[in-house]
Amino acid sequence: MPDSIPTDSVGLVIPQVYKFDEPLTLRSGKILREYELVVETYGKLNSEKTNAVLICHALSGDHHAAGYHRENDRKAGWWDSCIGPGKAIDTNLFYVVSLNNLGGCAGSTGPASINPETNKYYGPDFPVVTVRDWVSSQLRLMVQMDIPGWAAVVGGSLGGMQVLRWAISYPDKVRHAVCIAAAPKLSAQNIAFNEVARHSITSDRDFHEGRYLEKSTYPKQGLMLARMVGHITYLSDSAMRAKFGKSVSNFEQDTAENFGRDLRSGKLSFGFDVDFQVESYLHYQGERFSENFDANTYLLMTKALDYFDPTVDFEGDLSKAFANSDCKFLLMSFSTDWRFPPERSREIVADLLKAGREVSYLEIVADQGHDAFLLPIPRYIEALSGYLQRVHQENGSDAP
Amino acid sequence: MRPDLEIIQQWIAPNSKVLDLGCGDGSLLHYLQTTKNVYGIGLEIDESNIQHCLDRGTNVIEQNLDEGLSNFQSGSFDTVLLAQTLQALSKPDQLIDEMLRIGKNGIVTFPNFGNWKSRLYLASRGRMPVSKFIPHSWYNTPNIHFCTVKDFDALCTQRNIKVLARTVVDLEHQGSWYMKAWPNLLGEIAIYHISKDTD
Repeated sequence: MPDSIPTDSVGLVIPQVYKFDEPLTLRSGKILREYELVVETYGKLNSEKTNAVLICHALSGDHHAAGYHRENDRKAGWWDSCIGPGKAIDTNLFYVVSLNNLGGCAGSTGPASINPETNKYYGPDFPVVTVRDWVSSQLRLMVQMDIPGWAAVVGGSLGGMQVLRWAISYPDKVRHAVCIAAAPKLSAQNIAFNEVARHSITSDRDFHEGRYLEKSTYPKQGLMLARMVGHITYLSDSAMRAKFGKSVSNFEQDTAENFGRDLRSGKLSFGFDVDFQVESYLHYQGERFSENFDANTYLLMTKALDYFDPTVDFEGDLSKAFANSDCKFLLMSFSTDWRFPPERSREIVADLLKAGREVSYLEIVADQGHDAFLLPIPRYIEALSGYLQRVHQENGSDAP
Repeated sequence: MRPDLEIIQQWIAPNSKVLDLGCGDGSLLHYLQTTKNVYGIGLEIDESNIQHCLDRGTNVIEQNLDEGLSNFQSGSFDTVLLAQTLQALSKPDQLIDEMLRIGKNGIVTFPNFGNWKSRLYLASRGRMPVSKFIPHSWYNTPNIHFCTVKDFDALCTQRNIKVLARTVVDLEHQGSWYMKAWPNLLGEIAIYHISKDTD
């Protein structure tokens, strides 16, 4: 808990709920008749309405990207390292909009919401939504918020995929697309990890075919296991060595004596309980996550990842998808990210070049794996900051 | 702007597509964007140069030229630039072929090792030349493939590369009649405008 809210924080924020009555036809063909999106905003919209920035969240993210909900909150929003006054996404310059995506479990309509047609939890009846559906709903949010277009759409991982979808579907509404640690589509290995996560949830005996909320329970063990597997894929080998090895003081210790094998209690138990720090860390992460995240939402989010493939309408050619993407692009990847490694970002860059787009690309050396996109890595922050300063200057010097 | 870039920019048509290999801090591309409305992409590996490019709004891609340019489509640019980078490449001949695959024409500048000062240094001292012009020792130089104007001419002939224009200048990037007369002896920086010889 911070003793007081830091001066470079957006401070206390109050989420707002936007209601949508116009039915949304989803990619699957199903129709969502009405829905709500919970949103946070930071900074002020300028009089010309040219300084709005949309933040797209990743698998387990939500609308609470920056600041605090209460004075005594233990942690700030998930991207507080980047969003705030004077930070890379500078709220003195930009009006930052962050929402919980449809199907989420942090306040927007999703499987844990009440289905107005049945007055029961949606549960497994909530339709599978895709990245395209999210972006359609984000467009409606933009219209309802009376924002004519985005100075930039920014996101990492699954959020980066939403950025690409914006650039493909609504290029005239986006001036800059900032896509971090993403991929043009998932690999078989990515899908395999997602399936392990899903299977662990659906095979939990408290899953009840997705109707666990009706029975006042939830698939805790399954969700824990899903998160534990996922968490491993977010970290790199070197990051884990550093995190769980006492003899290691920084991230550059491939020669670390114990390879991150710190023991929890100082000696081996010769049983099947937790021996190593890494085990207890994963248990803790899994447990904490399972208490705060809806299992059906996790299933849905992983499906959205698996299904993402913007080339389906373009004969499998991503460069054709970008044919009208008249915005400028910034892509970044991280050297030890093995979930969406630099090669995957380079694929996107190659197709953007093939389409004749304006694109910049940085490959950030970082030991933290996929998680790096959430961390204050100096070169990454400086690049994002420098790029967005230019975006602001393009807007003219009008203060918000 | 660096004076060799001042010469180069005269060969670049307005509204054209320019790929700058080793674009440095992006000053040439930025100039071309603002004065000639070119579509420009720069390639660079130096982190602080890349940051300068981002800061001035020049498109920059972090990419090592020694790892090839296979991510660029054939004929996708009008002009491909290689300014003062040729001598630092591991396979300069292959990169020049790649330049002319990707671009309709290319511009190459390099320090001319055939200059009389280099010749005199080597001849009189018997050691690799070190000067303001070539400031590194042989063991720590990034410049691993020095060549002379005559060497480059020979490569162009061998590879069927047409030399559209050639200029040599001194370190202050001034040309003169005597440099034109004895380019390999008197020129310090060579600037070539090349294309594929399609005859």
